[in-house]
Amino acid sequence: MFRPIESTTASRAVTVQLQGKAITAREGDTLAIALMNAGVFAFRQTPVSGQPRAPLCLMGTCFDCLIEVDGQQNVQACMVEVREGMQLRLQVGARRAEAKT
Amino acid sequence: MGPVHESDTLVIGGGVVGMSIGYGLARAGERVQVLDGDDDAIRSARGNFGLVRVQGKGMGNPDYARWSIAATQQWPTFAQELQELTEVDVELSQVGGFTFCLDDAELASCARNLETIRQEVGGTYPCEILNLKQIRELSPFVGPEVVGAAFCSIDGHANPLRLLHALVQGFKNKGGSLLSGVHVDHIDYRAGEFRVRTGDSDYVAGKLVLAAGLGNRHLAPKVGLEAPVQPNRGQILVTERLQPFLRHPSLTVRQTGEGVVQIGVSHEDVGLDEGTTITQLSEIADRAVRYFPLLKDVNVVRTWGALRVMSPDGFPIYQSSSTCPGAFVASCHSGITLAAQHAGVIADWIRGGTKPPLINSFNAERFHV
Repeated sequence: MFRPIESTTASRAVTVQLQGKAITAREGDTLAIALMNAGVFAFRQTPVSGQPRAPLCLMGTCFDCLIEVDGQQNVQACMVEVREGMQLRLQVGARRAEAKT
Repeated sequence: MGPVHESDTLVIGGGVVGMSIGYGLARAGERVQVLDGDDDAIRSARGNFGLVRVQGKGMGNPDYARWSIAATQQWPTFAQELQELTEVDVELSQVGGFTFCLDDAELASCARNLETIRQEVGGTYPCEILNLKQIRELSPFVGPEVVGAAFCSIDGHANPLRLLHALVQGFKNKGGSLLSGVHVDHIDYRAGEFRVRTGDSDYVAGKLVLAAGLGNRHLAPKVGLEAPVQPNRGQILVTERLQPFLRHPSLTVRQTGEGVVQIGVSHEDVGLDEGTTITQLSEIADRAVRYFPLLKDVNVVRTWGALRVMSPDGFPIYQSSSTCPGAFVASCHSGITLAAQHAGVIADWIRGGTKPPLINSFNAERFHV
């Protein structure tokens, strides 16, 4: 669906884990771009209606690309760079209220 | 000369207090005209915390505790009535509320205050002090820094915006008329008739209710009343939605029906400034995280400041005018808690019924002693 316009520039590959599945991304990309490049579009299901949501604005405004990164919930995927070894989870509904133990 | 709109009662102010009284009057069959401010008006009804609360109220005047208890006991019926009439769920939950204490001195002072009120009120006073173990049986996510809390079994919370919406809807269903965007400066009283001019229209009625919040201060003297109320700012933070974890509201932390955690609240004397400050917000957030450590990583999505309507002693003002018979003033800080009383016995009194005995001490003359 998407094609990088800077495809001639060689980037180092990084690997992230999405619910146990390895995804290869280009260093320097945002997490939102990396996941969409890998064909992941439904990042979460909304707390209100349960409908799927994909990244929309890609500039930190719409909060539709929320995802769990290394145990931290509701991270804006468009506002963080992809890092080697990131553990990602798609979110269902509202944030879980977990007591830190 | 423009059009003249006649009604039985003119209510100045379309916040929770004005709409509760207006709704009560319309429900009883009166023709009621509410004149409400503009979008830039100062509106405590749209910025408040939404507690239905008895505990801690009435130090120095047990009638205020009794008045709050009576109002709180009527809330379930009132919420159900609004729901049936308007299909608006005001998200009332009255499962008991807390005041958390973080050290022994705080807890001792809280306990002392409750005991004083209990003795002044006499009879059953539904508040008690709980230790951390007892607190956690009700609210398991409370953190280890909490040494104890006051708990009141009839306290709770509602969604203040839904309440305002339900009151407006109910008022209109009962035939009431609401006009917004009106700034009331002048009120004429002549031969038993109150007249307010806005634009080229005149609004005329035999009775007048001032429920304009902080605006009552300047409006009341125009009809032989007084309401020396002052603004007191509270700042609030709200978080992103969380799955339900917090059933019991407290003075400063509650989870709304939508899952948002609402966190308050400061008490600041800053005039009419509705802004926020990083200093206050960080203090508010710090206490909330000590009450509920899981909030540490939760994102805050919005903050705001709102102004309380405070009389010199913190108690309400309800008064009828002796020089302009038919004029009434109603000012209070707890429009959510007291909503059912305002729609009920206060509206009955304005319609010509007996003045509720519990409000005898809430006249403005007390400020001249």
